[in-house]
Order: sequence, then C-alpha cells, then structure tokens
Amino acid sequence: MGGNNILKGEYILRIENVTKDFPGIRALSNVSFKIKKGEIHGLCGENGAGKSTLVKILAGVYPHNTYEGKIYFNDEGIKFTHFSVRQAIKKGIAIVYQELALISEMTVGENIFLGRESEDKGIINWSKLYSDAKEILKKYKLNIPFAAKLSALSVGQQQMVEIAKALSQEIKVLILDEPTSALTEVEVISLIEILKHLKDNGVTCIYISHRLEEFFRITDNITVLRDGLVVDTVRTAESTEEKVIAMMVGREMKERFPVGNRKPGEKILEVKNLSAGNLSAQGKMAIKNISFDLRKGEVLGIAGLMGSGRTELVTTIFGEYGKHVTGEIFLEGRPIKIGSAREAVNYGIGLVPEDRKKMGLVLMQAIYKNISLPNIRKFSNALSIDKHKELNECRKYADSLNIKTPSLFAITESLSGGNQQKVVIAKWLMSTPKILILDDPTRGIDVGTKYEIYKLINKLAENGIAIIMISSELEEVLGMSDRIMIMCEGECTGILDRKDATEERIMALATATRRYNLSETVKF
Amino acid sequence: MKLLNFNYKIKKIKIDIKTYTLIFILFLIWLLFGYLTGGIFFSSRNLSNLLRQMTIISFLSIGMTLVIITGNIDLSVGSLTGFIGIIAAYLQAVMLPEILQGLFPSLSTGGLGILSTILTIIICLLVALLVGIYQGYVIAYLKVPAFIATLGGMLIFRGAILGVSGGRTIVPIENSLRWVAQGYLPKSLGIILSVITIMVIFLMSLLSRSKKKQYGFEIKPFTYDFLIASAYSVFVLGFVLIVNNYRGIPNPVIIMVVIAILVTYLANNTKFGRYVYALGGNIEATKFSGINVQFVIFKVFILMGLLSGVAGIVLTGYVAAGTIGGGMNYELTAIAGCVIGGTSLMGGKGTIFGALVGALIMASLENGMSIMNMSVFWQYIVKGLVLILAVYIDVASKKNKS
Repeated sequence: MGGNNILKGEYILRIENVTKDFPGIRALSNVSFKIKKGEIHGLCGENGAGKSTLVKILAGVYPHNTYEGKIYFNDEGIKFTHFSVRQAIKKGIAIVYQELALISEMTVGENIFLGRESEDKGIINWSKLYSDAKEILKKYKLNIPFAAKLSALSVGQQQMVEIAKALSQEIKVLILDEPTSALTEVEVISLIEILKHLKDNGVTCIYISHRLEEFFRITDNITVLRDGLVVDTVRTAESTEEKVIAMMVGREMKERFPVGNRKPGEKILEVKNLSAGNLSAQGKMAIKNISFDLRKGEVLGIAGLMGSGRTELVTTIFGEYGKHVTGEIFLEGRPIKIGSAREAVNYGIGLVPEDRKKMGLVLMQAIYKNISLPNIRKFSNALSIDKHKELNECRKYADSLNIKTPSLFAITESLSGGNQQKVVIAKWLMSTPKILILDDPTRGIDVGTKYEIYKLINKLAENGIAIIMISSELEEVLGMSDRIMIMCEGECTGILDRKDATEERIMALATATRRYNLSETVKF
Repeated sequence: MKLLNFNYKIKKIKIDIKTYTLIFILFLIWLLFGYLTGGIFFSSRNLSNLLRQMTIISFLSIGMTLVIITGNIDLSVGSLTGFIGIIAAYLQAVMLPEILQGLFPSLSTGGLGILSTILTIIICLLVALLVGIYQGYVIAYLKVPAFIATLGGMLIFRGAILGVSGGRTIVPIENSLRWVAQGYLPKSLGIILSVITIMVIFLMSLLSRSKKKQYGFEIKPFTYDFLIASAYSVFVLGFVLIVNNYRGIPNPVIIMVVIAILVTYLANNTKFGRYVYALGGNIEATKFSGINVQFVIFKVFILMGLLSGVAGIVLTGYVAAGTIGGGMNYELTAIAGCVIGGTSLMGGKGTIFGALVGALIMASLENGMSIMNMSVFWQYIVKGLVLILAVYIDVASKKNKS
C-alpha cells in the first residue's frame, strides 16, 4: 500500500484508507490523501461530509482503535491510544476548535500555559510564564495584550489566544476547524495574515471553513469531502470557487441564489425611533433611533458588522432584549407593545436566533419536541396533548423542509448544523407567522443546505410572509433581499433598494461612523 | 418512513433497557436481603410494610423529580413535611376538638373525629399550597436561586415546627387520620380494584392502537401489545395477592399510586409537562419559543408544596403524633431517590417511575438493614455509598455511549 512514488519527507501527513463508523452512520469511508510539509491545506465539504471527524482522528480525539486505516506523520505510522489528545500534541498536532475552549476569567498568559505552568518546586513562576507568553505572541505577530483577562477580548482575539496556546507547544501541524465563522471581516483578514506568517515559519495548517473565498485567499491545496468520501484534492491555483462547489454538492451549481417571484404587498410592520440599551452596557445604547417598515411578502435584509446592533434590534422587536426600550412599533397599523417572546409569538412573529444551540433548540430533546415547542397549543387542550396529531404535523414540516434524519424521535443534537437550523425554521413555520425574523440563518451551514434555505425564504415570501433577514455575508444580503438596511454602531445608516445596492456601498455604510480604520486593511 | 418507524422501535427498546436495569438492581438488593435475613424480607408482612415505608419519601420524590427536571432543587421539603405534620397534629390535638365540640355538640366522638380529620387535611393542604406559592414566587419571579431560597425555607420551617409545637411532641391523633396512614383497604376491595386496573390497562392498549392506525403510524404486532398488557396485569394482580396475604393494600400506597399516575400523566401528556422538560433542557430556547418559563417554574414549586403537604399529613397519621424531628433529612432521601431513578441534576431528564423505583431502593435498604439489626451508623454509610455508586454507574454508562 502507498509509498510507491512518495518522496521521503515530502509529506508531513499521509492518511490512508481511513474508515470510521458511528452507530448507524459511516462518517468516513476509505479516506486517503496527503498533506505536504509547510502548506496550508484546505478541507471542505458540506455539513456531515466528515471533515470534523477526520480532523478529530488526526488530533487524537478518537483513539486509533476506534477507526480503521493508517495515518503516517513524517513517514512514521502513528497510533494514539490513551490520553490521545496529549499524545497528538506531543507529536506536534494540535487543533483549534470552532467553539473556544478557554477560561474567560483568566488572563491571556494563564490560558496559553494552562496545565503547563512553569513551576519551581510546585510554586508557579509567574514572571517566567508571562515573559514566555509575551515572547510567543511577539514571535507569531499576534497583537494581544498578554496580561488581559480573556473576557475583555473580542471573539477574534480569543481565537488568536487559542492559536497561541497551540503554538506554544511546538506544533508542527495546526488544525483550524472553522476559525472564521464567528469573526468579523476585519478579524478574518488579520487571521489570514497570521496563517501566512505561520507558513513562513514552517508550520503546516489544515484549514476548514464554509467560506470558500477564504480558501482561495490562503490555501495551497484543497481536499473536498462528500458523504465521507474524498472527492478529490486539487491545487488551489488551478481551481475556481464554482468547481469546488460542484465537487462538494456533486452537481453543477448554476446560481448561488434561487430566483424568486416575490410581490411585496401592503405594509405590515412599522418601527419608529426604536432605541434600547442595557444598564450593564454602561449607559451605551445598543440601538439608537431606528425606523423602518416591512411589507408583506418582502425580504428585508439587515447588513452590518458584528456588534453593529443588528441582533439587538431583532431581539428588541421580539421582546427579549433588556429593558429601557423606547420608540413605537405598529403591526398592521395598530400600535403594539411587545414585552416578551410570548407576546411576540402571539402577534405572529417568529425568530430564528443567531445562536441556534443556545437560543433556538433544546438539543437534548427529540426533533419533534423541538418543532412543536412553540405550537403545542395547537394539539392540546388543558388536559392532554394529542401526540399522534402532533407527530403527524411535525412529520409534514420535517418532510417539506427535507430534514435529513432517520427519525423524528432522534435527539436534535445528533443532527448536523444545517439540519438543526431546519428544525428551528420548521418550528416557526408550524406557528404560521406573519413575520419571520432570521438572524444569520446560514451561519456555519454548507452550500447545499444554504441553497435549500434560500429557496425556502423565497417560498415563504411568495406566500405573503414578511421576512427580516440578518446576514454576515454581503453576497447573501445582496442575493436575497428586496431592500437592505445597513447598521453601524447601533444606528441605521441607510436603507437601499436591491437595484441600488452594491458591496461597496453596503460596506461603506456599515463602517459609516468611521470608528473602524478599515482603509488600511480592507480592499474593496 | 420505514426508517422512521424502525428507529422509533429501537429507541423504545433502549428506554426499556434503562428502566429494566434499575428494576434489576432493585431485585438484586431484594435477593441479597432475602438471603441475609433468611427469607424474612420476603414475607408478605414485610413487603407490605416496605411499601408503606416508601410512601412518604415517594410523595416528595415525585414532586422533586419535576423540580430537578427544571434544573432547580428543593431543600426545604423535609422541614416542610415536618411543619405540615406538626400543624396537622396541632389541629387534631389542640385546636379542632374544642372548636368542633362547641359548634356541633350533638355529634358523637367518632363523628367529630372524622370531621376533624377532614378539616385537618383541607387546612394542611391549603397551608402547603400557600408555602408552595411563596417559594415558587421567590424562585421564579424574584429570581432567588432555588438552592438558596429553599435552604432558607428549610431553616424557616424547622423553626416554625418548634414555634408551633413549643418543643413538645403533640398527641393524640384521631383514629381516622391514623387510618389514612396505617390502615388497609379491605381485601375484597383490593381484588375489585386490581380487576378494574387490569381492564383499564387492556382498554388503553387497544385505544392507543386504534389512534396509531388513524394517523397511519406503524403498530406493533397484536401479540406484542397483548403480552405487554398481560405482563402489567400479572404484576398488578401478584402485588395485590401478596399484600392481601397479610392485611390488604396499605392506604398510603393507594394514595401514592394515584398521585404517581396523575403526575406521570401531567409530565408526559400535557403542555405543562412538555414545558417542564423543555425549559430544563434549555431555558433560553424555551423562552424564545414564546413560553412563559417563570410561570412554569412557579407551578412546579406549587406542586412540590402540595406534595410535601400530603407527605406531612401521612407522616402524622403514621407516627400518630406531631414530633419536632418530623421530616428531618427527608429532602436528602427524596433527592437521592430521584437521582438513583435517573433524574439528571443538570435538568431536562427524569421520570416519575424512575423516582419511585429510586425511592423504593432507598426504602429497601433501610428496611433490610433494620431487619438485620445493623447499627444505624452502618445504615447511613451504606445509603450514602449506594447513592454515589448509582450516580457513578449512570455517568459511566453515558461515557461509554459517547
């Protein structure tokens, strides 16, 4: 097996015929590919394609007896057994997860050396620890104060601390599992700079992302996985986004955004001078004097950088953002006051929240229970729930949204991200809302499912539901919205018609308050 | 669609396996005690006693299951049980006799006693309801963490016990109240009850089949459902025959079974129950689904208060006195019962049936060790170890799964 044409030392990692089964599912099937020393290797595929499983095997999360196949590190077969993550780190393979595993009440230095504090007879040598931390941050040009508490840093900076933590252990292969899904555009740019710097220092990177354009900005080679199989490994320079997408979904994707036949109707929602703040935010208002209206069958996109107040705006409308709310909301011409999610639901408003795991789903419960949660009233009187009717209804929505699961009784946590998002959408569709708010609905979701969600949004709008859609991706806002509202620093800096909107105009408005000094780092 | 039904079956079987393990452990403990006590443990007299001994903790465990599922805890239930118990004793021994004698001088002593017991039960349940409302309000609306609010409650009610009793044991208790806790259902009535129960079991099984058919869900083979229903029936009939061999079904056991069925129904078949599990699993997501989570928690604590009231009333009837130590440490045994029965302290998971089996395991340990004349200090130590072991098994089995 293998080794025929392989130059010794050319590849830092060789994966040969790796197969991994989970109960009922084959996550990886005969996966083989090679990673060159010192390259940035992109790994892409739809949710459930097996990317995360694969890198978890590489990082020793799954010990060697739980999968079949061979892995060579520097031409030497590796088998991680007990405490396998530690063994992997010792070898020089570390993984930085999408969800950060840091302690927010500790400083940057403490986090970097957690568990490996430099000790002197059992007493921590703090000055050495901090000087080491400082050195690492300096070496890799990570611009973070080493003594700051983690909670004081932005998500992007925290991610860099995680990277620094990995690098402090003489890592040769760094695996980044969707590092950019929570980052702002500016932070993505600096992360890419860091990765290039790492490459110059001889560190090999495996890079997983849903944002394809990033692959073309930094990777040398891209391996595409589909349904647990390797489709191909291609040289980035010789490929295009369209080709990669086609490999991921297994067919040619003609258009990224489906064409809808929307006819916005009468005004359904009007928001006037809405402001809200939180006492904890030191008197700073989260949203200031926002006014807009929304029509039936219309998709209103909201664009803005993270922290621009877009999520705060929709949670305020949904009645779940702090107190100190001022301004007026009119629903179908009548003034209404929404003080809680319950009232919002009763008015016919649904919210697909930004963080589906925290606010959208009861992950430990069955899928059907999540779908029916806001709708149980429909199947029950004071005394009992008609479970058969409930299941029947849930089945209808699960089928129409094409939720991929063997059973509605399966635990929601077992679904892939895209299917989890479909469950959140299903639960609101069943409540037959007049207004559906989608807060970054395609975040962390693969291309194929994204397309399905776009089609669904079109269908809903065609059926007269008014839709507010926040998005982090400019292309998506441009592709899906009838009108686009742009927010910056809690204010609405403009509302553009689809035909007038361009990426440049949106970006300019999204940074309109000039607090961000973008001109140096971002090229439009 | 085929897949859907297939997995449905698999999941059902999995649940059953977990419940059966618990029952298996229970029988193991029983066999051990049967062996160590030379069979005394299995005498129908002892089994009848064992069931009665578990009832008071069971009332608390049933309520506690819901409390823990919502991710809360109630440390005050032991003190509250004692408090309601002492109120019951005070009403019966001190307050009601005089008042009732004055109001109805023509009634016989027996009649007055029954009237006193009825009034006692009503007043005690009302007080328990009020306490539940108070604690629920403090926890759900004033947002004092349940651990603190009920820790405070534990001290408050223990103090109230001393206040009401003046530090003395209060006697006498009316015969009718003692009958509630110590009496037995006439044997013939027990048989009739078991026959009715068996008929209901079969009827429900058939009803569920026709419902499933109506909505096009796959139904299991008729023989399968028939065998399951028969197994339950044999269990019910066997139980009644065993206790009838002694004196009949103990009255508090009837109360326990009725409450357990009601609360199980509440948990599995109502909106309220669904919300309890949902908010225990993820309170934010439940709130964002438009559910009034505070009101649900409020109601859970009211139910807990009421069930503590029932426990207090039965306690006084059983002891035939109001004592200052009544209900001491019951909260811990009740929580242990829930946890052994599979309720997760993280919230979102647990069943009433499991809590009952857990309470029965705790009661069996106490009962068995008492028969063996083991020292009290050993009893405490063994119970503590079993609790830790049970949770370890649960944790270890979860680890294996993932």
